[in-house]
Amino acid sequence: MSKRYEIRFSGAGGQGLITAGIILAEAASIIEGKHAVQSQSYGPEARGGASKSEVIISDSPIDYPKATVVDACLAMTQESADKYANGIKKGGVLLIDSDFVKNEPKGDFKVYKMPIMRTAKDVVGREIVANVVALGAMIALTDAVSREAGLQAVLSRVPEAFIELNRKAYAQGFEDMKKILG
Amino acid sequence: MAKKVALMQGNEACAHGAMYAGCTFFGGYPITPSTEVAEVLSNELPKVGGKFIQMEDEIAAMASVLGASLTGAKVLTATSGPGVSLKQELIGYACIAEIPCVIINVMRGGPSTGMPTGPGQSDVQQAKWGTHGDHATIALVPASVQEIFTETVRAFNLAEKYRMPVQVLYDEIVGHMRERIEFPEPGELEIINRTLPTVPPEQYKPYDTSFGDVPPLAAFGSGYRFHVTGLNKAQDGFPTTKAEYVDAEERRQVRKVEGEVARAQIELNEEYLTEDAEVLIFAYGSTSRSARYAVNELRKEGIKAGLFRPLTLWPFPEKRISALGKQVKAIIVPEMNLGQMNLEVERVVKGSCPVISIGRVDGEPLNPGQIIAQVKEVK
Repeated sequence: MSKRYEIRFSGAGGQGLITAGIILAEAASIIEGKHAVQSQSYGPEARGGASKSEVIISDSPIDYPKATVVDACLAMTQESADKYANGIKKGGVLLIDSDFVKNEPKGDFKVYKMPIMRTAKDVVGREIVANVVALGAMIALTDAVSREAGLQAVLSRVPEAFIELNRKAYAQGFEDMKKILG
Repeated sequence: MAKKVALMQGNEACAHGAMYAGCTFFGGYPITPSTEVAEVLSNELPKVGGKFIQMEDEIAAMASVLGASLTGAKVLTATSGPGVSLKQELIGYACIAEIPCVIINVMRGGPSTGMPTGPGQSDVQQAKWGTHGDHATIALVPASVQEIFTETVRAFNLAEKYRMPVQVLYDEIVGHMRERIEFPEPGELEIINRTLPTVPPEQYKPYDTSFGDVPPLAAFGSGYRFHVTGLNKAQDGFPTTKAEYVDAEERRQVRKVEGEVARAQIELNEEYLTEDAEVLIFAYGSTSRSARYAVNELRKEGIKAGLFRPLTLWPFPEKRISALGKQVKAIIVPEMNLGQMNLEVERVVKGSCPVISIGRVDGEPLNPGQIIAQVKEVK
């Protein structure tokens, strides 16, 4: 079996993390022609509380569609960090919104910090695009898909009037992460 | 020209498969985790002049599709376990009156309302025996988004060809996950339509077996008048208690699916690394994906595991499972229920090897690790 890469987006229900997962899966499977499966926690907790969306990307067909050992995880809230950061593999990466995740999960993985919601609100201009800021940062962090494929997938999902806002959000997240990575 | 591709949910693919097959009527009552099937069809059917009706409940929804089918339409309803329970009486009616229809069951936990948002596979025996009386059943169990599309098309073909209800069962995991789908071009997949009568209306009998085990079905509104009933009936469609008719009709209705020729056309399976397998995993739906992952991992360790994956669950692939039972040391049956198909595998294997059930009913997916551990235990 060839390379299987597992990414988990987690946060509060309504933060757009399922959408972020769908966009990443579209970038991988439709734009880059790889295999990808997106799934999500589906239940009462999807509306408030901790919510998660998982994307598996592979060069070959994907059998088991859920995460086994997570390569990269995003946690936008403390609750989601507590609940979903446990499945990260040794040597994996975790990105947290540093304004909200004060109690950093501990494990054999590297933790990256960004004020994601604050960046969306103060730098990009709208809190609602925090998921796209996060997506840009996760793509920069993981190289799961190319920067261009990610952008193309973002833009194909958003209404005309919000294209510039989302382009800006994606670029901001991507660039901020590149700076962190040095 | 490049094919149209999209990333979509299994439920959405089901609706598009129905449109491809020529479905023009949906009657349903929304229920998690099947609702997206209805949602997409409520948009798509009106575009082609079809009808989408949300009925007052699942029973009425089933009745509406049977009525629509008798006018010649290809019909669909989609629901989950609790809805299928309500539909059972009318599914039996469709069996005896021989009315083509497709029923989608996106399985969640049970019994009763159970766990609406968790996956399950606990309706697989209900699909066979949910309605009372002897009857043949066709049930398909796709395992991917692409396959939900193609198996929905196949379900319509089988319903039309054999003039009977066909069920498509898949669990919440494949219903809701998103994968890439390549849409077949028009004409790429075979589309079967029911056989219409060639005799004039005054000579037409709705159960005329001189045309074979599947009598032609006239459409109401096309000049043909006939009687439809849930009672045992003679060839003209009117009730009868004559032993010779009742016996012949019951046997014909089972034979049209379970006869050797029909089975060969209805059964569809996939085998993965079974040629030299010492331990066989029998798995369907999303659980078969866990099983395939497990087989690959076990092979890396030199353990000869193989996978048998039915796409047609009913009629059950008796011959092949019986043969495999003589080849392998054990058969493992992982499923998100407490051993329903395990019973069927045991029945067919007749003791030629141990059959071991792995059941999971906590609303979580049955993962590859559970299967790997069980295979290692029997090795």
